[in-house]
Amino acid sequence: RSPSAAAPLSAPPRLSRARGTAAAFLYHDYCVIGAGPSGLQAAYFLQRAGRDYVIFERSHAPGSFFALYPRHRKLISINKRYTGKSNSEFNLRHDWNSLLSHDRRLLFRRYSRDFFPDADAMVRYLEDFASLLKLRVQYNTAIVHVMLEKDRQAWNGHYFLLTDQDRQNYKCSSLLVATGTWVPNVVNFPGSEYVEGYETVSINPEDFAGQTVLILGRGNSAFETAENILGVTNFIHMVSRSRVRLSWATHYVGDLRAINNGLLDTYQLKSLDGLLEGDLEDLAIVKDKKGKLHITLRFYLENRNTSGGIDSITLPQDELDNFATRAPYDRVIRCLGWKFDFSIYNRSLRMMPGKGNKKKYPQIKPSYESRGTRGLFVLGTASHSVDFRKSAGGFIHGFRYTTRAVHRLLENRHHGVPWPSTVYPITQLTNSIIKRVNEASGLYQMFSVLADIILLRENATAFEYLEEYPVGVLAELEMQTGRKAPSGLFVIIMEYGRNFSGADKDVFYYNRAVGEAQHAWQSNFLHPVIYFYKHLPTEREMRLQHPDWPLPRPDAVHHIVEDFLTDWTAPNAHILPLRRFLENCLSTDLRNFFAESCFLFAFTHQKLPPFCRQGYMRLQGLVGSEGLRRHAVEAGLLEDYTLTDFLGDRTPDNHKGSQDRLLRDHMIPVRPLQHLVNAKDEL
Amino acid sequence: MSAQKDRWVSSFSFLLFCVSSIPTRGSARLLQELSPQEYFGSLQAGRASLAYFSHNVSPGAQPFLEQIENSAEALQDYGISVVKVICPKEDVSRYCGKENALRKAYLFRGNMLIREFPTDALFDVNSIVANVFALLFNEVKYVETLADLQNIENALKGRSNMVFAYVPAIGTAEHRAVMEAAFVYGTVHQFVLTTEATLLKDTGYPDVSSARLLFCHCQRATDLAQPCRRTAMGQALTMLNIHKHLKLMGAPLVTEVAEDPEKVSTVHLQLGLPLVFILSQKETYEADRRTAEFVAWQLLGKAGVALLSRYALRCFGVFGVPIKYLVLEDTDEVITLVEDKSKVEQIQEDEEEEEEEEEDEDEKENNNQVSRDKKRELPLEQILVLTEETFHSALLETARMVVLFYASWEAVSLAVLRSYTEVADHLKGTRGVLLSRVNCWDWPGVCTEENVTQFPTIKIYEKGERSVMYNGMWGTEELTSFIMLSRVPCPLKLATIDEAEGYLRGEFPSELSSYHHTSLLGVFSTATSEAFLLARSGGQSVEGITLSKQNTQDMVQMIRYELLDIFPEITVQNLPRYLQLRKPFLIVFSDGDIGQIESKEMLKLTKGRPQQEFVACWLNLKKTPVGRGVLKAYFATMPSLPVLIWVNFHAGGQVFKFPSEQSITELNILSWLEKLKAGLEVPSSKCTRVCNVPKHTLLALVCL
Repeated sequence: RSPSAAAPLSAPPRLSRARGTAAAFLYHDYCVIGAGPSGLQAAYFLQRAGRDYVIFERSHAPGSFFALYPRHRKLISINKRYTGKSNSEFNLRHDWNSLLSHDRRLLFRRYSRDFFPDADAMVRYLEDFASLLKLRVQYNTAIVHVMLEKDRQAWNGHYFLLTDQDRQNYKCSSLLVATGTWVPNVVNFPGSEYVEGYETVSINPEDFAGQTVLILGRGNSAFETAENILGVTNFIHMVSRSRVRLSWATHYVGDLRAINNGLLDTYQLKSLDGLLEGDLEDLAIVKDKKGKLHITLRFYLENRNTSGGIDSITLPQDELDNFATRAPYDRVIRCLGWKFDFSIYNRSLRMMPGKGNKKKYPQIKPSYESRGTRGLFVLGTASHSVDFRKSAGGFIHGFRYTTRAVHRLLENRHHGVPWPSTVYPITQLTNSIIKRVNEASGLYQMFSVLADIILLRENATAFEYLEEYPVGVLAELEMQTGRKAPSGLFVIIMEYGRNFSGADKDVFYYNRAVGEAQHAWQSNFLHPVIYFYKHLPTEREMRLQHPDWPLPRPDAVHHIVEDFLTDWTAPNAHILPLRRFLENCLSTDLRNFFAESCFLFAFTHQKLPPFCRQGYMRLQGLVGSEGLRRHAVEAGLLEDYTLTDFLGDRTPDNHKGSQDRLLRDHMIPVRPLQHLVNAKDEL
Repeated sequence: MSAQKDRWVSSFSFLLFCVSSIPTRGSARLLQELSPQEYFGSLQAGRASLAYFSHNVSPGAQPFLEQIENSAEALQDYGISVVKVICPKEDVSRYCGKENALRKAYLFRGNMLIREFPTDALFDVNSIVANVFALLFNEVKYVETLADLQNIENALKGRSNMVFAYVPAIGTAEHRAVMEAAFVYGTVHQFVLTTEATLLKDTGYPDVSSARLLFCHCQRATDLAQPCRRTAMGQALTMLNIHKHLKLMGAPLVTEVAEDPEKVSTVHLQLGLPLVFILSQKETYEADRRTAEFVAWQLLGKAGVALLSRYALRCFGVFGVPIKYLVLEDTDEVITLVEDKSKVEQIQEDEEEEEEEEEDEDEKENNNQVSRDKKRELPLEQILVLTEETFHSALLETARMVVLFYASWEAVSLAVLRSYTEVADHLKGTRGVLLSRVNCWDWPGVCTEENVTQFPTIKIYEKGERSVMYNGMWGTEELTSFIMLSRVPCPLKLATIDEAEGYLRGEFPSELSSYHHTSLLGVFSTATSEAFLLARSGGQSVEGITLSKQNTQDMVQMIRYELLDIFPEITVQNLPRYLQLRKPFLIVFSDGDIGQIESKEMLKLTKGRPQQEFVACWLNLKKTPVGRGVLKAYFATMPSLPVLIWVNFHAGGQVFKFPSEQSITELNILSWLEKLKAGLEVPSSKCTRVCNVPKHTLLALVCL
């Protein structure tokens, strides 16, 4: 229960109930606002879990945002239909549009053949997702007000009271806000009435023929707009406060994508188009008699005498005759993005805007729960404050996983269903990590935000594997998941190199990629990192961690070296160093042994390696066959004890084997060469 | 008093000198230039100085002067000042006046002249230092004959140790080193010096070409007739080496250690020498101590010996510290290991790499196999490939579908896949069984659905309904027979006596006739409420087992127990079954089939005692060659075969070898076992109790 939910703010319970009956509340355990991608995704999980839920959608169909946006209809989320792999989990790494479901019809590649699909395909997809899965969506219901009703019996100490446009009231135990960010960002300056908004501007290039255009903003919508009219305008200028951030330099998909950056070409090649930096707040636009728009500064307008009319206004070029935007414009278009709709929440919910560049998002915790109200979770694009300008949480291919994570948190909190996990014997430790880092899409898309957690059982004989846990609430793991971490844990996460990505970084410098396992920690491209903690980090440690780091200081950390193919299955470069790291953390031997080796150990060692203990000693040893044995002996994996039998019969084959072995023994000093050969093998 | 203090100061500086090697040469000239008045005025009582008088730099004295100048620094460290006295032209006093006096150097203690040196005796720094020391301090006794040496030795016995040095000539670097060492250690040990080659020969060292230093342990010597035990220094006579050697001689012979060997720090380790740990147990402490002392004497000066009390020892995991484990079969082994100089060096230098290599050898245990198999395509045509799309339909198409779930990047999977192809070969043409595989790396959905949490997993699906997970050994034979047996309904209902008899003979059902197996037959009679189970192995013997009222688990347990032989041949496949009994093994290692006599005697041993407290068994080294590895680990060298061994796996892991001179008979064994119980036998070997932590360096561990 939120301790700060002060009593005076809400009515006494009895009164509220009396009013409730009068107003005929419709009750649901879970209310979801918005039938966009994240709302539908949340509904899917709630439905699968058999929960009582409803989605409120103000439009008559799901995904109303996509019905309008992007205006030029080209989605910049990739729809990669071929990867050369059949692994469905892996393929989701390159499918940025599908939502998660068990239904294989609901893969986006069935909806569009385009690499950058049309937004209409998304609308169709979302419609199908809602209908094929029979999700309970209440359309044409716009929630206009949300307030709290205190109740000790309620899951979170209060109920959420929702009111729609028809004054119908709804009562919910938990509220999932999936409204996205749809309120256009507007800047108010003198003359902003002459500015056309992205929402309504014409998308017909013909309307811009022979015009000079100024675009406010520097995001993908600004460039998308420019791209559309680039060929027909006299020139386009683009102005915004910050410098352009290229997504291939920042590794953030929300920054300017290469598909939209035609204007960068024409600017740098001096083909009249141009980019400018300046604070829009200082701007003023003046319209002259011919209808041309002149850029001036707010400063000049404030100082003029009001009676003078257009001619009395000082233009910058009057003082500085080479002022950059001295040419008049025919049109000014605002492409400044969107923000979260804070207006529907009663003050008692304390839905606060974030700080700085996150002010378009509500403040939430890394568990996606509102900072102000317990039981209110923000999903989808609106939840992007957790990883803004870092990971993919603001986009379908990211928030489909964080939505699943939120659902798992809710299942544990409200229904006592612990976070799903699988228990494996310790011998499967390396395997389970390798499997996940190679196929898991949630880890890959939500890098540095979602992490797999390995909870070690006592004596490190077994472990429990939890997938895609929000790493920001690692300290609360036991409480949030219902799982215990008694003897240490591993956290598997994906990261880019610390100093590699950034707006001004050269991401194409020579030797940007690391090839050798011992330099893995210097890897720049997305690669798996395994953190080892002897104890669960405390809240304090989480708070004090370095802001650029996803996790506090571990007891040990291992980087799996970045891979050109993102295929981390190379025995020498990936698996071996990982296994050794794990062995060092656990002080145990994680090697695999043939039954024959285990046999030898059983006679000569008191404590057997786990592989022998859990396999061979339980009659599940790797006995193989004569062929395999011979192969192993030839490869030097097994000692050939038959060779010591000098009296016994020896086949010529065996003799040859012994010679080979001798040869190999002599060759041992030539290690670097062997390495080369091995490396070649990998290729 | 003052001399004492000087002495103390200089020995202190000597130590510094040894530790930090030669200090960097200061820019200030250490050779003072004084006038005679200044010089004689500055002489302090007890303080030694070496003076050289000169009118002017005469050309002939030039090289000598250089040497004097060089020695100034070395002597300075011992508190001896070196002074060049500039004689005024008109001076005709004792030292300045005479022409020939100018060709000499003078050694003063205080203002007393001790000796004058002709400049040709002081040809270089070494000779200057050696000569000055020889004169200033009489710690070093010079001997010429063996008799002299023996006299000194005898006088020292029981009191203190002696350092005996031979240098081919006086004034050499070796001579200087000995003198300097004597300066420091003179009060601790008696230093004896000789230049007589014959004397060195007489003491037993024929090679007289180079200098030699022997440490004579006279303090411990009790027998006056015997010469003191000697330890020759192996290295060249340098100050540092002598210092090291004397340090080592001063260290305790055997260090007793009860803590983590990693934390042990002895003089040897500090000096970069190996330290041999000898593991000891309470029971064998005295013997171990003797062994340790013996080894220590052999290794004196080359390596240290520590006696490690095993009973006080936890597991020691070793990271980074290069430790080599040996089974101490023969003390010579240890000694040769350390003494073999090249080997020693290799261990010190290449240890890291060697470990790595070793590791990599083990590593290939399944890891490199992957890359090997990449090149060698497995003949997989016999095996049906299933996908997410075809999985369910394929299961319905055949009566019995065997599915191997694996990951194509996983080493064990690939090894099993290899056996699996062989199984497919064996079963080619067998009706009603189809072998297939699912690569979980390609189709994770199927594997998750089918609850495959481990790689590899084999399941047998019957008509797409029931599935059985295989939980036996990953071997071709085991798999084949499991698949074959799975074709027969379980339990199989027998309608007639004939069928039952056929079943017990292994002839019914016919499809199993070619597979050696054990059959169990439950006989349920309505007349008696008791049920009986009959077990049969190999078709030769039929046994009855009384089945009391037990739950399924107990029944399975009991049947498993009954399936164990009373005198089994131990193989790689069946060892775990017998280990589960948690009893010691009395095992005959035999080269080929076990001899009839041994077999008979062993059977006699077991037959009469159904509730034996040990497992009597044997091992065919031809069939189970890894047995040789076991014997090697126990005995270092192969014992003569057959050999009877008692291994207690569960309590201490001690290994006892039946005396080879006795014949293996029931009586002999029984009396030997009695002796074992009474603790009269010394274990031949022990299971090592090292944690199986692979030793290797950490890769890519970043310090945050």
